[in-house]
Amino acid sequence: MGRMQLQTGAVLDGFLIGEKIHQGGMAEIWEVTKAGIDVPLVMKIPLILDGDDPTMIVGFEQEMMILPRLTGPHVPRCYGCGDFSAQPYLVMEKIAGESLLSRFKQAPIPLEEVIDLGARIATALCSLHKQDVIHLDLKPSNIMLRPLTGDPTAPGGEAVFIDFGLSRHLRLPDLLAEEFRVPMGTAPYIAPEQVLKLREEPRSDIFALGVLLYTLATGQRPFGNPEHKTKALLRRLHEQPVPPRMLRKDMPGFLQEIILRCLEVKPERRYPTAQQLAFDLSHPDHVALTERATRKPVGWLRNFLAGRFANSADAPLSRIESYRHATTAPIIMVAVDLSPEGAPLREQVQSLTAMLLEAKPLARLACVNVLKTARLGIDTMTEEDGTSTHVKRLVELKNWAAPMRLPPERVTYHVLEAPDAAEILLSFARNNHVDHLIVGARGSGGVRRYLGSVSTAIVAEATCSVTVARVPSAQQEEETMQESVLPAPTP
Amino acid sequence: MRLAILSDIHANREALDAVLASLDAHRIDRIVLLGDIVGYGADPVYCLERAEALMAAGAIGILGNHDLAITSDDFDMNSAARAAIEWTRRQLAPPHLAVLARLEETHREDNVLLVHASARAPRAWHYITDPGSAERCLRATDAPVTLAGHVHVPCLWRLTSAGTATPHIPLAGQEMPLSPRQNWLGIMGSVGQPRDGSTAAAFGILDTRARTLTIERKAYDHYEAARKIREAGLPIALAERLLRGR
Repeated sequence: MGRMQLQTGAVLDGFLIGEKIHQGGMAEIWEVTKAGIDVPLVMKIPLILDGDDPTMIVGFEQEMMILPRLTGPHVPRCYGCGDFSAQPYLVMEKIAGESLLSRFKQAPIPLEEVIDLGARIATALCSLHKQDVIHLDLKPSNIMLRPLTGDPTAPGGEAVFIDFGLSRHLRLPDLLAEEFRVPMGTAPYIAPEQVLKLREEPRSDIFALGVLLYTLATGQRPFGNPEHKTKALLRRLHEQPVPPRMLRKDMPGFLQEIILRCLEVKPERRYPTAQQLAFDLSHPDHVALTERATRKPVGWLRNFLAGRFANSADAPLSRIESYRHATTAPIIMVAVDLSPEGAPLREQVQSLTAMLLEAKPLARLACVNVLKTARLGIDTMTEEDGTSTHVKRLVELKNWAAPMRLPPERVTYHVLEAPDAAEILLSFARNNHVDHLIVGARGSGGVRRYLGSVSTAIVAEATCSVTVARVPSAQQEEETMQESVLPAPTP
Repeated sequence: MRLAILSDIHANREALDAVLASLDAHRIDRIVLLGDIVGYGADPVYCLERAEALMAAGAIGILGNHDLAITSDDFDMNSAARAAIEWTRRQLAPPHLAVLARLEETHREDNVLLVHASARAPRAWHYITDPGSAERCLRATDAPVTLAGHVHVPCLWRLTSAGTATPHIPLAGQEMPLSPRQNWLGIMGSVGQPRDGSTAAAFGILDTRARTLTIERKAYDHYEAARKIREAGLPIALAERLLRGR
């Protein structure tokens, strides 16, 4: 393969080569421009060493296959690629700023920042996993943040993944399958199943994010930086990290809970989806605390035994089940009307909710009630007996959900204060990557339809699936038939 | 060039018609019949006549083991397959045999090798069902892309740099890029007797310029095809498997 010597001022497939801005071990990055494209661009060129080392090339091929197929704010947009018959390259949008590496080197950093970064990265993972792509090499140098703009409605602050050289596209053939004798990944971040060379588990990325959060919060790596040899990495199949609160006394229990859940050896004990992880990071007060939150260091003996007695109930990883994200573990949101006239509807909403939860054992539920506030002026948010209305609503919400007997880790409760119920419900659903929203509609006829009810606005504008519950009555049934929304089944 | 690859039609008129009718949407330049036009199904005459017309219009016809068994005994076949071959022989007239005689053992079109079973000894009718058989096929040719049928289950095999073959199960309708640096073996699945759990007819679309392969599925009236098999007195198992897609 003859290759041109790349230099500033040269032109390749219409791209004018600018300055070289990065020289890495696997690739170099050049600034480029092209007529008609007015966003800053970079060109990534693989370093092909003597003898066309196949392992170097194949990662770049994989990236050339995956990057052009990705969309959204969490990946650099791809503007062109050149194949191996001439000069292989990828041209992509230049993300301003630096990777997370520099911030990472300053660890430990403030916990609010750890949580904020974690939520941003988990949100980016949702987007990636929904496109059937697993990153498989998540680490600080592969994550950037889009610069914040002054305009709050414009995008900014999103985590962006770069380098898809080890990634897997679940709908396409895996060019890296069986290409390497040693596990692929970066030793401190690699998930147990990756050590076993499994490359189809989205929860491997959740594990790597756990390593990242642990390190940012404590300044220490949970599993050190082992030599990249299979034997050293095999320890990951049973190793339990020192609980991070031992290293950082001011870490709250919920954060240790989140981090240790990400770092579970078995994928099925981690967060089922990045959405659910993002949800917990965005709602620290609602994280259900388990034994993980207060775990003390595991002695060498228990670690040793865990490795020896692999057949116990706590057996280390041996096999993973195939898994698809939102379809098996959706976030379900239910809007509950606690007003007196909403009583018959509440029952209907509850039975629909219970039905959905039963069908999806990994789903989690967010129960939401809206406390209407005046658009102008100050509300009195205190009841006559002195208790806060907010707290009272929260208690009512929990009482409403109680008959479903959900374990605490499956359900959260939120009282939102806003003047417009539909608007706040929609924005909650959007911000929390809700997959399915359940809302009740009080009747279907007459004035309400023309003036617009909460449920109508939600059905019209929600970006997720919506189930509308109704209390069927003889008079309403006829009208219900004409609705495009799903009517509640007759109990 | 965009090729539509139809393998293992197996005398299933309903499936063949449904697939051919769907090709308009795929902007096809050339059709490939990848072997086993007859056998198992109840419409060998119709399928051979359609094949003849397609070949007259430029389609490539490849020889399958069932096609060959019409004129020369194949002792490796199971009893249901042999019963179907004997029944098929009684339906065919000399012009139909002439169509079968025109089928090629293999066909090379630029970088693409077309063969019914395996590039390694095409008339030995090896089944590509595991990494070993896939590897032997991939190593038997210097063509970067080999397309085959015979096993009735779609799969895309790649020869790794270590020299072993690794599989990918294609999703229906998913365009898969075939990197020019790799050697690929695409198993097309079957038009007339799918066995991967779906009753829909399977066929392949290869775009030689964009270097992509897509396995498409087309639902057809498999109840009617199964009914005809029973009515013709062919082994009942051959009708049942159309209803199960196994």
